[in-house]
Amino acid sequence: MLTTDTPRPLAPAPTVRFRWLDTLWLQVTGTLCNIACQHCFISCGPKADQVPMMTLAACEEALAEGTRLGMREVYFTGGEPFLHPEIQALVDRALALAPLTIITNGLLLDDARVEWLAERFRTARYSLDLRVSLDGMTAAQNDPVRGRGTFERVVSCLRRLGAAGLSPVVTVVEHETGLEGNAARQAFLEFVRGLGIRQPRVKFLPLLRLGREVRRTHGYEPEEAWGAHALAASVESSLLCASSRIVTAQGVFTCPILIEKPDARLGDSVGQATRDISLKWDACRTCVLDGLRCNT
Amino acid sequence: MRAAFFGGIYNNHLALAAAMADARARGVDALYCLGDVGGFGPHPDRSLELLRASGMPTVQGNYDHSIGLGLEDCGCGYTDPRDNHFARISYAYTQEKTSSVHRPWLAGLPERLSVDAEGTRLVMVHGSPRQQNEFLWESTTPDPFLERLLEQAGADVLLCTHTGLHWQRRLRSGRRVVNVGALGRPANDGATHVWYALLDTRKPEPVELIPVAYDFHQLVREMREERLPEEFVETILTGWWTTCLEILPARERLRGRY
Repeated sequence: MLTTDTPRPLAPAPTVRFRWLDTLWLQVTGTLCNIACQHCFISCGPKADQVPMMTLAACEEALAEGTRLGMREVYFTGGEPFLHPEIQALVDRALALAPLTIITNGLLLDDARVEWLAERFRTARYSLDLRVSLDGMTAAQNDPVRGRGTFERVVSCLRRLGAAGLSPVVTVVEHETGLEGNAARQAFLEFVRGLGIRQPRVKFLPLLRLGREVRRTHGYEPEEAWGAHALAASVESSLLCASSRIVTAQGVFTCPILIEKPDARLGDSVGQATRDISLKWDACRTCVLDGLRCNT
Repeated sequence: MRAAFFGGIYNNHLALAAAMADARARGVDALYCLGDVGGFGPHPDRSLELLRASGMPTVQGNYDHSIGLGLEDCGCGYTDPRDNHFARISYAYTQEKTSSVHRPWLAGLPERLSVDAEGTRLVMVHGSPRQQNEFLWESTTPDPFLERLLEQAGADVLLCTHTGLHWQRRLRSGRRVVNVGALGRPANDGATHVWYALLDTRKPEPVELIPVAYDFHQLVREMREERLPEEFVETILTGWWTTCLEILPARERLRGRY
């Protein structure tokens, strides 16, 4: 018989069945980034070398394996993908095989690069998409988390993309109150339209209490039982880990937010990583309970 | 074999009737519907009665599944608040106006139809062979993925709809994928006509995508009488999509006005 001071056993973490490989993520620049956001869930930055950059050959190998496994789309992430010295070759290799989305802070997208991207957008076999991070509609809202001066620089980048006829998805992390809900989404859409982007798109992301965010605010609360939140089939099948894997220079991992967790490493190759996984990490609750989906 | 394939009717009974007449005038042996009979337009029962009276074999779309079983939403999975708002209006209208005599028929439709057309295996689905509501867009569907999908489905020709935009592609293996488009609303190209697919196995290029003109002014009158949103009416009148935009890939989206 349980008494009130006996800890109740925690329900085991749910298992997610691997359905098929839809999305192949490549951590092309590892944790190397040109800024160090206060809420970065993998502590990327100019000196962050805990996950190294991938070589062009390693990326090609991963893309070839993804193709053999029937992938539908590719995402480049980091760090900042445009820090990769061979980013143009990487983009061309990926776009020859599948649609590509690049997740970027936008700070390196000067006129020449925007022109090059616009040309690829028009002529590539498959769709090229960009996701640019901006965490506020003012410098006062964005710069405390992304760094002084980043608001103005990202806004300039968005204007350049808009002028070139591109329509990036603007990604907003809900890092403070007032950034969640429909009203905030609507306001952000109008803000982005005001920057000259004809067909504004925004994606709001719940905060992940990992990486540098733990120091900015706090980490996850002690684990609560999963039992109260049984994993519905529709939720399970929509989770990234049911149809996606991420390749890094240090192996293949469950998902983009877990690349610093040694026990989320599933193997050396994508083929070794296409198996069921257990939602045993605290951050999994953000996907299941808050609805986080890293894909666009 | 000469056959016509219709997708995404979205309650547009006038376009359905026009497409049936057009296909029959071209001498088809068979007509097929790839699902999503309801949504967006007026008087759901009129399309359902046309389809059922014709005996046209029909694949179940996600809308048909939801309406047939009385589920809460259409299963398109919008997260954009504006898209969601209009999707709810469209679904609630169709839910309310679909006669109960048609629901068991919608609920009982097959998810896949297969036909042997003189040695060519045709597989018909709504979204994809593995998922009823999977979008197969032209710009985001790679060839190796399609080869695998068709091989697993045992298809020489895969016919699908769900996106509302028509396209076709011959794969390296010789297999062929045809998104037959939609009869329910124009293809976000600034024109008022709608599209269907015609297959003629005797031709070297066996699949032709056919534009169909219909009395869209009459449809607009009926939509307004039914107090459907002016945003839906605008799409019928101008050919530009005004809602359900979130699902479009970047390239397909930039071709449109909104």
